Amino acid sequence: MSVSHNLRTVLKDGITAAWPICLGYAPIGLAFGVLAQKTGLSPGEIGLMSLLVFAGSAQFIAVSMLSGGAAAIPIILTTFTVNLRHLLMSSSLAVHLQRLNAGWLSLYAYGITDESFALNIARFREETWDWRRALVLNHTANLAWIASTVIGGYGGQFIPAGAFGIDYALPAMFICLLVLQIRGGLYVVVAVIAGFLAVVFSLLFPGNAYIVAATVAAATIGVFMRNWKKEVGENGGAS
Amino acid sequence: MKADYLLLVLGMGIVTYLPRWVPLILLSRRQLPEWLKQWLDFVPVAVLSALILPAVVTTGDSRHLDVFQPALLVSIPVFIFAWKTRSLAGTVIVGMALFWIAGKFFH
Repeated sequence: MSVSHNLRTVLKDGITAAWPICLGYAPIGLAFGVLAQKTGLSPGEIGLMSLLVFAGSAQFIAVSMLSGGAAAIPIILTTFTVNLRHLLMSSSLAVHLQRLNAGWLSLYAYGITDESFALNIARFREETWDWRRALVLNHTANLAWIASTVIGGYGGQFIPAGAFGIDYALPAMFICLLVLQIRGGLYVVVAVIAGFLAVVFSLLFPGNAYIVAATVAAATIGVFMRNWKKEVGENGGAS
Repeated sequence: MKADYLLLVLGMGIVTYLPRWVPLILLSRRQLPEWLKQWLDFVPVAVLSALILPAVVTTGDSRHLDVFQPALLVSIPVFIFAWKTRSLAGTVIVGMALFWIAGKFFH
């Protein structure tokens, strides 16, 4: 690969690419810290959860279950189901992390979140991106998450609710990254099917299994359509 | 720090880490069949769409459909902007600005 392996360049590229995630994590992390503090967790305990779990929605759910007096096992099981969607993201990233040794892969796995996945998977298509930069991006996001949740744990809601539209930083990032993933008509169809199914499933079933269900269904339909299109083409179908 | 809490976050950490780790270890060092490669190629677009759409058209703890919310109204021009410019930085800044302005009208 012709990408620079210079440590400073790698660090700079990874850190600067992470800014939309850091911006988006700030209000969510602060809000989480404030909530966790209100349920009786110390800043140290909050930081430990962010370090060991590093998963926003699961942490919110865990804290609300804790304050409701739930036991450890139901909280852990809920965390598991909420975070199962990372199976799909990890599988998809594996294609771009060939020949990496188990140690680096294990470190990489720690940093897989919705946000880092979305950014890195788009970046991996560029010549200038590699696993080192992706790893730096993951850990920059990780530090931003831990720091903002701990600061929130000291009772600091420094960013007034809704200021500067900061709550929309992550949705905007996801929308742009979705657009960048669309590389042909079939991708549009898969996106529309996934979005439609996700809305329907999310209205029918509680929890967030709708993400996995809609993604698996839409990607499977995509594969069948691609092969069906190919067959039609091979059998002399209209151009 | 109580031992109970330490065990809780350790358990949460393990069950979160495993789904992130297993596919990476299993899939990254072998030749994948063509159908699986095609399938994985559709995962990003599908999962992003499945994350975004319910978040902008549903609300509430027991989710219900609500299409009259600033997040959806803002998402339409933001989508068009992203489509035209393909700029991540621009999309995030324009999105935040529009959402901020929209918030002023939705009180």
